[in-house]
Amino acid sequence: MALLQTIALTAHYGDFQALFGVDIEVSEHETIAIIGANGAGKTTLMRSIAGVLKNAAGAVRFDGVDVGTLPAEEIVTQGVAMVPEGRKLFPSLSVEENLLIGAYGRKGGGYWTLDAIYDLFPILGDRRHNPGTALSGGQQQMVAIGRALMSNPRVLLCDEISLGLAPVVIKDIYRAVPKIKKSGASLIVVEQDIAQALAVADRVYCMMEGRVTLTGRPESLNRDAIHDAYFGASK
Amino acid sequence: MIWVDTIAQGVLLGGLYALFAAGLSLVFGIMRLVNLAHGDLIVMGAYLILLLVTLLGLPPFLAAAVAMPLMFCIGWCLQKFLLNRTLGDDILPPLLVTFGLSIALQNALLEGFSADSQRLPTNAMTTASFQAGPISLGVMPLLTFGSAVLVIIGLNQLFYRTELGRAFRATSDDATTASLMGIKPANIFAAATGIALVIVTIAALYLGLRANFDPNVGPARLIYAFEAVIIGGLGSLWGTLAGGIIIGVAQTVGAAINPEWQILSGHIAFLLVLLVRPRGLFPRAHD
Ligand SMILES: Nc1ncnc2c1ncn2[C@@H]1O[C@H](COP(=O)(O)OP(=O)(O)OP(=O)(O)O)[C@@H](O)[C@H]1O
Ligand SMILES: [Mg+2]
Repeated sequence: MALLQTIALTAHYGDFQALFGVDIEVSEHETIAIIGANGAGKTTLMRSIAGVLKNAAGAVRFDGVDVGTLPAEEIVTQGVAMVPEGRKLFPSLSVEENLLIGAYGRKGGGYWTLDAIYDLFPILGDRRHNPGTALSGGQQQMVAIGRALMSNPRVLLCDEISLGLAPVVIKDIYRAVPKIKKSGASLIVVEQDIAQALAVADRVYCMMEGRVTLTGRPESLNRDAIHDAYFGASK
Repeated sequence: MIWVDTIAQGVLLGGLYALFAAGLSLVFGIMRLVNLAHGDLIVMGAYLILLLVTLLGLPPFLAAAVAMPLMFCIGWCLQKFLLNRTLGDDILPPLLVTFGLSIALQNALLEGFSADSQRLPTNAMTTASFQAGPISLGVMPLLTFGSAVLVIIGLNQLFYRTELGRAFRATSDDATTASLMGIKPANIFAAATGIALVIVTIAALYLGLRANFDPNVGPARLIYAFEAVIIGGLGSLWGTLAGGIIIGVAQTVGAAINPEWQILSGHIAFLLVLLVRPRGLFPRAHD
């Protein structure tokens, strides 16, 4: 059974409709990737699941319960945390405070503690007292991931964690993914980098113009099908 | 040597202005809300203390302590049920609503307590003063200044040492991302205004002990508070104390030259600081 599921999810920005009936699901311990061109609606989908955007009742189910209308602060308490696009660290907070605030809405204990995060990303331990925004882009991304993990999520939403980073740094960051999976979390990874998405995911969804255009296991998807799903059929 | 005394009196007076301003600074720093009813809330606090003094026979300091939790609840509800609804991208609604609140409060106080001016009872201890070299120090101004410093130290501890303070700063940085952490911005704002009204109660205590007050003196307190917050640098608490001191010193020095210049020289100092440092003395690095 799906741990997290969207059902005919729609989203609007004023009069503009950004999502047109999106159905995705992720099971316990599963990693799915969402790929798609700029403006496809990937971030909108993440923000809808996280409760930043208002949804219709029944549009999002988590652990068998309708969470479609819950606000963001309750979604994270339920166990769905997001690493937002662009990292969004709190500039007034140090690295360690950014991590600590990630545990604000957490209920009870769990695998992720400050020590566990510093174990995952040792460089953050060295820089714990620096302002979060004084770090390099890659380190800031590590803080953003650690901050989301501090809520001990059962589902972690990662919105373009490789955005704007050098390939070696991206590798560093993705090295953490197996450990995050081992902690028991399911992942939804939004990626522009198709190769990265295919490498990390158990299943892939491709989005275009607010709809899911292709879905399947990485090994079952060929380049042409992805190309068409990404940019529209070439013929 | 008279100047040393004049400046010392000004510094101590600055403590009173910093107390007037600290709550305003706190609320502005966290939610960018300019509360035009702040001065009237101070006056309301003074009447609440007066009520507790006359009805229960409490000494003013104890009455203020009793008033604090009440004022916290008033601030919490005011923010949660009224002011939160005005927050948004548009800066006009909070100004209009707090302006209206200011007028409503003044009229309610006038209705309830009449226009007669009132004062909290003082005793020999609080009106005493002693000589330190060329400086004559009043116990009341010293208490006021000490309270202002303690309030600002306390607020800084709250901001930088507690989980609530962390949530204050995070919400102030980015309320949407804060909600992703499980923070309810509406409740954080309510707590902030509640704490601001606890500080307002302290300001009200000294307002009522040091001078007469009536329902209409709020806006004049608001002006000094505003000036202190703005020249200190918006949202900086130590800056607010510095701003209060600058206005206090300018006023006593002005008054020493010519008693009619007291108020004016405070305002001129305010303008001069803004001329040199348009963002105040200790502006925040990011906004
Ligand atoms: N705040 C907003 N107001 C209005 N329209 C928006 C807003 N945010 C996104 N959109 C529009 O919604 C559509 C989907 O945007 P979204 O950010 O979800 O795409 P995306 O797939 O995440 O793109 P990218 O790869 O560039 O991050 C786009 O057409 C975008 O212009
Ligand atoms: Mg995006």
